[in-house]
Amino acid sequence: MLLQIHEPGETPLPHEQRGTAVGIDLGTTNSVVAVATDGTPEVLRDAGGAALVPSVVAYGADGVVEVGAAARRRLLDDPDLVVSSVKRLMGRGAGEARALAGTLPYRVAPPEPAEGGMVRLLVGGRRLSPVEVSADILRALKARAEAALGRPVERAVVTVPAYFDDAARTATRDAARLAGLEVLRLVNEPTAAALAYGLDHAAEGLYAVYDLGGGTFDISVLRLQKGVFQVLATGGDAALGGDDIDHAVAERFLAERRPEAAPTVAEVKQALATARLAKECLTTQERGEWLVEIGGGTSRHRLDRATLDEVAEPLVARTIEICRTVLADAGLAPDEIRGVVMVGGSTRMPIVQDRVAALFGRPPLVDLDPDEVVALGAALQAEALTAGSDTLLLDVTPLSLGIETMGGIVEKVIERNTPIPVARAQEFTTYQDGQTGMLFHVVQGEREMVDECRSLARFELTGIPPMTAGAARIRVSFAVDADGLLTVTAQEKTTGARQHVEVRPSYGLGEDEMARMLRDSMEHASDDMGRRLLIEARVEARRVLLALDAATKADAALLPADERAAIAAAAAGLERLLAGDDRHAIDAAVEELERLSRAFAQRRMDKAIRLALAGRSIDAVAAEAAPNPTE
Amino acid sequence: MSPTNPIDPATAHGLSACWSCQGPVAAGEPFCPTCGAVQPPGQADHFTRLGLPRAFDVDLQALDRAYFARQRALHPDRMARHSARERAIAESQSVSLNDAYETLRDPMRRAGYMLAAAGRPVAGDGATIDDHALLSETMEAREALMEAATETEVAALAARAAADRAACLADVAGAFAAGDLDAARRHATRLRYLVKLVEEAHRRRLSLAGKAA
Repeated sequence: MLLQIHEPGETPLPHEQRGTAVGIDLGTTNSVVAVATDGTPEVLRDAGGAALVPSVVAYGADGVVEVGAAARRRLLDDPDLVVSSVKRLMGRGAGEARALAGTLPYRVAPPEPAEGGMVRLLVGGRRLSPVEVSADILRALKARAEAALGRPVERAVVTVPAYFDDAARTATRDAARLAGLEVLRLVNEPTAAALAYGLDHAAEGLYAVYDLGGGTFDISVLRLQKGVFQVLATGGDAALGGDDIDHAVAERFLAERRPEAAPTVAEVKQALATARLAKECLTTQERGEWLVEIGGGTSRHRLDRATLDEVAEPLVARTIEICRTVLADAGLAPDEIRGVVMVGGSTRMPIVQDRVAALFGRPPLVDLDPDEVVALGAALQAEALTAGSDTLLLDVTPLSLGIETMGGIVEKVIERNTPIPVARAQEFTTYQDGQTGMLFHVVQGEREMVDECRSLARFELTGIPPMTAGAARIRVSFAVDADGLLTVTAQEKTTGARQHVEVRPSYGLGEDEMARMLRDSMEHASDDMGRRLLIEARVEARRVLLALDAATKADAALLPADERAAIAAAAAGLERLLAGDDRHAIDAAVEELERLSRAFAQRRMDKAIRLALAGRSIDAVAAEAAPNPTE
Repeated sequence: MSPTNPIDPATAHGLSACWSCQGPVAAGEPFCPTCGAVQPPGQADHFTRLGLPRAFDVDLQALDRAYFARQRALHPDRMARHSARERAIAESQSVSLNDAYETLRDPMRRAGYMLAAAGRPVAGDGATIDDHALLSETMEAREALMEAATETEVAALAARAAADRAACLADVAGAFAAGDLDAARRHATRLRYLVKLVEEAHRRRLSLAGKAA
């Protein structure tokens, strides 16, 4: 065994070949996939050179699913078969979808009792969850990446709006799993954009990212310092975006066309497509005329920039107001920001750029394509999480997390803008003598009353030993991981007895549903699982070999020759097994190796204790070796 | 730990066994000196965790530097090719660093943390308020805020609250510097109310501005 001891943070393990990892911006209107090589990200284009994949899916009567430009073309001829802007429904309930009703060009239905709480879509005779539609978009992006790279792609960093709540994040992760992609990390879109921008410009200092997408608005304030991207505050509106401008313009067109009757679904889709075109044209031209053509009935509509600005004004004003709040949260004045990065196609609108420039007192940065910058950042992070990198993203929770208490008041457990990963716990007690169960309601949002926050999940803790009221100590722990995903656990502390916790997400998919979809989606699901376990077993085995090698070098004198020979033989045997595919044999050999080295480990510990007793702690030994260990 | 428990000799000398190579690791060391494996965060106070002197006056730039340096070494993202187990341990290290950083960065939370550790919790952290002068000061300030009808009036009250907050923060720092923990607790309790008042004034200002618009 001639292996080097590695420095902390270095990557001692040989890279397991698991396909390339890509970055995916799963957008409301368009999606983009990119890959990074040696710190340089690149968008993956189709044969025609197009980077954007319209986030549109057509479900043909013949069972054929089309995604992207092809699906968008069918929007006008077969509007009933086409789904667009599905991102707005991720992790949403039927009630919330109804609130968006006028703005959605397809039919929605409440979930059946056996399904999770997420809304369903009725498209071309199918009943689909938003997760399945998003998975179809992700499959198309995966296929595009594989075609462009000529290699399998199985892992991805997927971006989400910073302001996405837990239900929407979970739905996004589930969609990727359905599409056969392992999610390395969910990264917030503005943070990804900052990563792409900051690395490209070697920027330092305070930056804001203004991200106006098709259906969501985010603003993040970050500090960039020597490769660390620290998010200080984030805010936004998960139901505000460029789509809203299209809808307002489309409504105008429809009123002009036939004010007396309600428009048909086909008319709405046609008008929306025309409105989007008009909005895009008016970025560069001052006025124009557009045609809405359906079933032979053609209508003409004039629109100029000033009128479009009037339509967009309330939306832009709302984004500026959110910017002010986020700056206040970060304790910053607008003029302390060194640059504002613009993200999202809607930031091309002159009125948006003017208002942002007015707020921050400087023109925004628009030199990276606002449609591509998020995917580029995601690709950089995908490379960092597979090959390693010098950059580090430190993000925050966008919304406060809490628990319902007496009277429908929210007790906040984790405040918004707390750095993640984070874990916090709160204690609760029983309010009745002999109470053995307790219901918890987990919510997300800033308001004091439960009804005004978003419900994430309900769960019941059972098996509390009967005690007098107020005697039980129930500790509820919230943990938010680096993906921004929440895990809640509860335990009764006085007895330490284990309790059963059943969590019911308010707007998710049922566990059975997800399992069934995964089965249906992956023909080789079990092969895939087996391969992942094999890779984990190999990584773990190499870790054990390296650790043992380091120990035998450090304390060679404590290892008698016979023991050394036995350990070396077992290690060599394990090395041979690593070349094969037998996961169980690898695991067994690892266990055997650990058993053989147990006595050696005990001797090493005894030696350290003797040194400590002799007044020579290992700290002191270390201090002798390095007289100035602190920075 | 109950005093009747036999004390493990390794624990008694501040040592624990590395989960990876089983070798000795001194308490608080983030990495095993023998095999380099990341260690669980363990119990350490926030100052020790970030390698800062235990004092109320924290150099915020030094705090940032210490936090970034440790996150760079310990964040799970930095262990891209390590085993799932090591990444999970790194995540718990990262959680502990965030906890320490968040607590020490904010003077109000820092004061609350130091006072709780010294057995003098601030009202709200398991203690009740007993300062009558503070109670009446708070009630009067709240009333004035509720009665203020114009944005200008609210702005004036907000400015006063912010000035009081700054002065009170100086009082807290002075009391800690003098080693007078009872005074520190009294000022820290008042600081908590003033911070809330500043936030309320800010909200009231926003809602008045919203009505005017």
